[in-house]
Amino acid sequence: METLLLSRIQFAANISFHILFPTITIALGWVLLYFRLRYNRSGEARWMEAYSFWVKVFALSFAMGVVSGITMSFQFGTNWPGFMEIVGNIAGPLLAYEVMTAFFLEAVFLGIMLFGFSRVPRWLHTTATALVAFGTTMSTFWIIVLNSWMHTPQGFEMIDGVAHATDWWAIIFNPSMPYRFFHMMLASFLTVSFLIAGVSAFRWLIGGRTQGVRAALTTAIWAAALLIPVQIFVGDMHGLNTKEYQPAKVAAMEGVWETERGAPLLLFALPDDAARENHYELGIPGLASFILTHEWDGEIKGLNEFMAEDGTPLHPRVAPVFWSFRVMVGTGVLMLLISWASVAMMLRKRRDGEGRRGVEGLPKIWLIGLVGMTFSGWLATLAGWYTTEIGRQPWLVQGVMTTKEAVADVPAPMVLSTLIAYLVVYAILLGAYITVIFYLARKASRGEPLPNPRRAGEATAQTVPAE
Amino acid sequence: MDLFGDPAQWLPFTFAGLMGLSILIYVILDGYDLGVGVLFPFADDAEKDRMIASIGPFWDANETWLVLAVGLLLVAFPTAHGEILTALYLPVAIMLIGLIMRGVAFEFRAKAPAPYKPLWNNVFFTGSLMTSLAQGFMLGMYVMGLDYTWGHFAFALLTAVFLTVGYSFIGATWVIYKTDEHLQRKAISWAKGGIWGLVLGISAISIATPFVSPRIFDKWFDFPQILWLAPLPIVSGILVLSLWSMLRRMPFTNDRMSWLPFATASALWTLAYGGMAYSFYPYVVPDKLTIYESASAPESLWIILLGTCIVLPTIAAYTFLAYYIFRGKATELRYD
Repeated sequence: METLLLSRIQFAANISFHILFPTITIALGWVLLYFRLRYNRSGEARWMEAYSFWVKVFALSFAMGVVSGITMSFQFGTNWPGFMEIVGNIAGPLLAYEVMTAFFLEAVFLGIMLFGFSRVPRWLHTTATALVAFGTTMSTFWIIVLNSWMHTPQGFEMIDGVAHATDWWAIIFNPSMPYRFFHMMLASFLTVSFLIAGVSAFRWLIGGRTQGVRAALTTAIWAAALLIPVQIFVGDMHGLNTKEYQPAKVAAMEGVWETERGAPLLLFALPDDAARENHYELGIPGLASFILTHEWDGEIKGLNEFMAEDGTPLHPRVAPVFWSFRVMVGTGVLMLLISWASVAMMLRKRRDGEGRRGVEGLPKIWLIGLVGMTFSGWLATLAGWYTTEIGRQPWLVQGVMTTKEAVADVPAPMVLSTLIAYLVVYAILLGAYITVIFYLARKASRGEPLPNPRRAGEATAQTVPAE
Repeated sequence: MDLFGDPAQWLPFTFAGLMGLSILIYVILDGYDLGVGVLFPFADDAEKDRMIASIGPFWDANETWLVLAVGLLLVAFPTAHGEILTALYLPVAIMLIGLIMRGVAFEFRAKAPAPYKPLWNNVFFTGSLMTSLAQGFMLGMYVMGLDYTWGHFAFALLTAVFLTVGYSFIGATWVIYKTDEHLQRKAISWAKGGIWGLVLGISAISIATPFVSPRIFDKWFDFPQILWLAPLPIVSGILVLSLWSMLRRMPFTNDRMSWLPFATASALWTLAYGGMAYSFYPYVVPDKLTIYESASAPESLWIILLGTCIVLPTIAAYTFLAYYIFRGKATELRYD
């Protein structure tokens, strides 16, 4: 294989592995703050129980995120030097702000959040938790700003083939940024909701029916049920924004080859990039047009409009975009059905008429289903990112530079060897991560103390009196 | 905008200074926690737990300095970033995989089922070793001008070993500071065993640097510059000797001055590093690309500088806070 494709696969592998963990920590930070505040207010042990279990998952996820994030910052130089050469004047400051405001805020206060519980006053521990959550969110903000700018660049001029910033306000608040930011934040909250629901359901099933598990499970299901409709709405808005600025991507998502009015929403099709048509189409007439233009006979531009004079396509390969979009939407719909049905079952009256059934209202088979959904957020998030990132190809910065212009002149075998090494390490780590989360859950359910050497390790001869 | 003269001059200089500072802080701070990892095979299980406890609250933040340093290289000197990192493609990949392994082993060794703990301890050691060796190799290649010949390769392998031993030395001084009794005495003997790596490493680089580049040779040995430079090796020599005599007499009663070896080692690193920075300035890619040629546009550097001025003091303040909160001796594992 050639260096370009291998480098793309390597970048995709690195960033896919990386994004799994921020997706958890971004929202889990806020959920932990919620648990902590509930505990501060009520003093009920169940909130502290939930906090101390999930803070361990947070620590594990955070470590995975940090180390895979360091890899990302080197990838630009090792594989994509052209990117910084051409748009470094814009990407540089945005990345710098991400590192400065966010990374440090998280990394330093994380220490206090994880092991400071018994050695700093309560208000400081709560503040540290809040700052870590805020830090992860700021991280998200700056990265999304840069990513969105690559999709909808503005506020710059090209001088001698190099982009120079002219208006930072326009660069930061570029047209797709707000949609992408909220879409990602909600994706993170949904991922965490289903993670907490899945692991808590698992603990409930194997007999760990504590108040803390009940509190976590209920919180997670309610959060999912409330947020999924918001996410579907924001996703729709994001789609409209994409249609305006990146019509080729939308055409690929919908599998529309020829510009047409009243385009059907394809439930199934096999897009064929060579023949430039779909096979085995199955669709709902007019619905794609209705969703994207809010009119039944609205026009959707087809892929054939995005061809260079010499016949090279200026649009992405259709099948991966088409399918990852469907995986994302499909998972989202499943999340909607499951979370709403769960709420409905929990809200049923108890047989004796005293109050609601709560977690007891969920049948065993349903809880097993929730366990199955534990990592559904990852699936949807990855599929969504594949849709938008592959959908931008062949551009790296839409209309400014192509991916090909940025790639490093590193020999293909070298890229291949490092790619294989990364994949092996990632596969092992992902297996270990999932195993350990469920191991911790089993251990907690048996009522055994959870290891937390980092917290224990902080204790010294001169412990600061807590609270 | 032209308050301090031409911004195309002083902005790159400022950023080179900031980047240099981040790298220095990184090699000292992550140097000690990488060193603790390299020393792992010499410790028994309880000691391993305690050594981990001594670096547990800090390593996340320590590693972040690497991200800041590479980040500054990336954003302030984008062309140099590309040139250096493509030249160091394989060692960078080895370092990254090493960093991943040790970073996650931190968490997994504590959270995975007990039978797997030795496995994760090994992962932690291997990752620390890979990272240290790769960084030493990159240092050697950088001094040799990022130019692959067999001779340069051999030199880089040597610096890889020296830097690793140097890291284990500063790691040992950290353990001296953060622990007591048996483990502390053990760490003192580790430090005595590791000091040669530091001395040989600094000497090798000092001897090789002027001979690789005639420009640096002139910079060192021309009169009167040589007078300015002379204190550097002299002070370093004094520091090494005082470290040696200190370590021979430690531990002092009541654990007095257990922080001193670490502080002295840090001072030694700083001097060696200062010498390198002096030699290579104004080049960021040795003898190929200066900081002025590879700098980003002034208007972009301005924006970053603005943020840096607010953020750096804040980072310094809460780094201080974290080290203050987790001051004192690290104790053995305790479930609470």
